[in-house]
Amino acid sequence: MGLRKPPLYDVHADAGATFTEFGGWDMPVEYDSIKAEHAAVRESVGIFDVSHMSELEVSGPDATALMQRLTTNDVTALEPGDSQYSAIVNDEGVIVDDTVVYRLPDRDERVYLFIPNAGHDEEMFDRWTSFRDEWGLDATVENVTEEWAMFAVQGPDALDSVTDAAPDAALGDRSKFQATFADVAGVECWVARTGYTGEDGFEVLCPWDDAETVWAALDATPCGLGSRDTLRMEMGYLLSGQDFDPETEPRTPYEAGIGFVVDLDTEFVGRDALERQREAGVDETFVGFTLLDRGVPRHGYDIADADGEVIGVVTSGTMSPTLSEPIGLGYVPVEYADDETEISVLVRGREKRAVIVTPPFIN
Amino acid sequence: MFEIPDDRKYLESHEWATTEGDAVRIGISDFAQDELGDVVFVELPAEGDELAAGEEFGVVESIKAVSDLYAPISGTVTAVNEELFDAPELLNDDPYGDGWMLEAEPADESEFDDLLSPEEYREQTE
Repeated sequence: MGLRKPPLYDVHADAGATFTEFGGWDMPVEYDSIKAEHAAVRESVGIFDVSHMSELEVSGPDATALMQRLTTNDVTALEPGDSQYSAIVNDEGVIVDDTVVYRLPDRDERVYLFIPNAGHDEEMFDRWTSFRDEWGLDATVENVTEEWAMFAVQGPDALDSVTDAAPDAALGDRSKFQATFADVAGVECWVARTGYTGEDGFEVLCPWDDAETVWAALDATPCGLGSRDTLRMEMGYLLSGQDFDPETEPRTPYEAGIGFVVDLDTEFVGRDALERQREAGVDETFVGFTLLDRGVPRHGYDIADADGEVIGVVTSGTMSPTLSEPIGLGYVPVEYADDETEISVLVRGREKRAVIVTPPFIN
Repeated sequence: MFEIPDDRKYLESHEWATTEGDAVRIGISDFAQDELGDVVFVELPAEGDELAAGEEFGVVESIKAVSDLYAPISGTVTAVNEELFDAPELLNDDPYGDGWMLEAEPADESEFDDLLSPEEYREQTE
């Protein structure tokens, strides 16, 4: 099966991007230098094509009920233009995916747009429609992944950059996680003050066929998925399929450090399992660490205690471009999770000393 | 488009070797550093360690990749560019100069003849 391509594939190729497969999509990983792109986002502004992210729209009389029962957060707290980070879990409370849920302006009734990770759109469409049918709910679920291109404009200058392209939208008045339809370079886009970098910024969803117009109007350094990954690691943000995965790294929101997206006062698939775990406490938890010795932690490396006994696993790691220090994320038993706890990471069989640090790694 | 100096020989795995007096100096090519992207870590043998032609002698890591290094020739390591440990970006900035990795005393100088000429290496990278 061929890889799916973002609408601006050729634009990125002409700009000198190299590409990587991610979630079944062929996406820019780097234009010139991951370090330089990372620095642009931390210091000024960068733009990422994240059109590989999934989009599903849920509408109809029972849209709220369906969303409430398939996500862990409380969607009834959302006003039109609000959004929330949330988790999608199975019966055991294990995270299937994480997502941002937007409440769009009402169309007679409430309408939601949610953003699962790349390559999860068909799976989530099936999940939403099969539960809808099982529960007899009256809701329309549409997989609009290839109707929306998505760009993330991120960095301290992101507001200026997006405002230049959308001067009438009063984007500076939006607080974090607020969104609005806005005219961006003559194209109606859904513009949200959200992101995955730890910086201020906006995610702009624009009609697939207008992607080039909107991309060209947003003045920022083009950035690939390489720097997107290093930026989110410095913040300790989870990467679906890597820091959790229902098959290879089955974790609940409590283990993964995102218990704040679980509202046990709502009824959702997996709720009872999560309530039991919250009462019992978790055995293992998601932590950050920095290496004290030279080396680069990588996904899959073992974590050991001070005696060299394996206690956990690295799920993400890199050389932090901001700190020029090796940083990592992973799971350890809770008794090793306190800051300053000394652990080690096995890099090609050799123990490298490390110390637990609660992310974010940068201020 | 990639620099391939004529004063040295190459391995298919993108290392180069050149003679410096009695020693052979070893590094990676411009093509290799560009493929890797920003280099952030280098692991090299110590002085006195033995190299075996075609065998792994170290590791170079960029943000996105981990790559083994292969010895162009057999011999004994006589010098290590320790500057790379603190400044691995020298591999990106100057792969044929300040980004050199090792010097070794060759065990068998005829192994040098088995390496790719600049022309052969250029064909491979095109």
